[in-house]
Amino acid sequence: MHVPDGFLDAPTSVATGVVAAAGVAVALRGAHRELDDKTAPMAGLVATFVFAGQMMNFPVGAGTSGHLLGGALAAVLVGPFTAVLCISVVLLVQALLMADGGITALGTNITLMALVGVVVGWGVFALLRAVLPKRAALVAPAAAVAALLSVPAAAAVFTALFAIGGTVPVDTGAVLAAMVGWHVVIGTGEAVITCLVVGSVVAVRPDLVYGARPVLAARRLEIRRPGVTA
Amino acid sequence: MRLRAFLLTGLVVALLVAGVGSYYASSHPDGLEHVAEQTGFLDSADEHAAADGPLADYQTRGVDDERLSGGLAGVLGALAVAAIGGGLFWLIRRRDGDEADDAAPRQHADSR
Repeated sequence: MHVPDGFLDAPTSVATGVVAAAGVAVALRGAHRELDDKTAPMAGLVATFVFAGQMMNFPVGAGTSGHLLGGALAAVLVGPFTAVLCISVVLLVQALLMADGGITALGTNITLMALVGVVVGWGVFALLRAVLPKRAALVAPAAAVAALLSVPAAAAVFTALFAIGGTVPVDTGAVLAAMVGWHVVIGTGEAVITCLVVGSVVAVRPDLVYGARPVLAARRLEIRRPGVTA
Repeated sequence: MRLRAFLLTGLVVALLVAGVGSYYASSHPDGLEHVAEQTGFLDSADEHAAADGPLADYQTRGVDDERLSGGLAGVLGALAVAAIGGGLFWLIRRRDGDEADDAAPRQHADSR
């Protein structure tokens, strides 16, 4: 979903640049609390993994492909603030080194994939975690649902930006329908990858999964209960 | 699994995906590109300002073999993300002595 230079006019690009800068500033403050000696290298790994994952375009039919955005994945693994920074670093390297995603569109891409992707992904995950039973086996499926919804959400926000600042007059309804339609399919791939990766980390090192911490805390209490009641 | 072994395994997997797996990725236009073409605004895209860069479009300039060129670009890009991201996160992490609100369960003796 990397927006190239030219899709959006200058005022819209400047506006999304301001939003992106504010979001990254907030994330820098929040990430300080999420990161410690153990989770800082984990966050570096997550950013690297998202970069690699974004290279793996998978076919979604009709000569179209999609790839991981990684917002929900990163948020569940290392926390929402750190996740915004992970995706932003990926987008920065892609724009400057790989010529993927415009340089004047960097603010737009950070807004769509880092901010919308993480906020929707983490929001859905946190909501599901609150209503689901506290079981480690449910962390990965909840992350998958969050991932699925985060992709069409980012597509819808792109459409809104295009309606405001698109450089070509195109019917917004047609763009919205096509963007959301295709990105629900791409979101299914996002969900599968997110489920597999989060599930693998939960299986090997659940303590490294930020989103699993309350679940682990509940599990620890369960183990102690027989000793107390006996 | 020890933290060091976990991180190393993860890094190797990421580099394999970027360096080897990416060759097999679909080269079809992605969702946004497809929609832009379909609804008629693809031509409004400008040429990328860094299109002449050494790793532009995930190809290494000067390396002719397509598999090697793409793989090398993927690995170099991934290492750039690891260096920038890892450095940033290490720099802004919470140090001992900061407000210690680390409620995470320490169930692994080897967690550091």
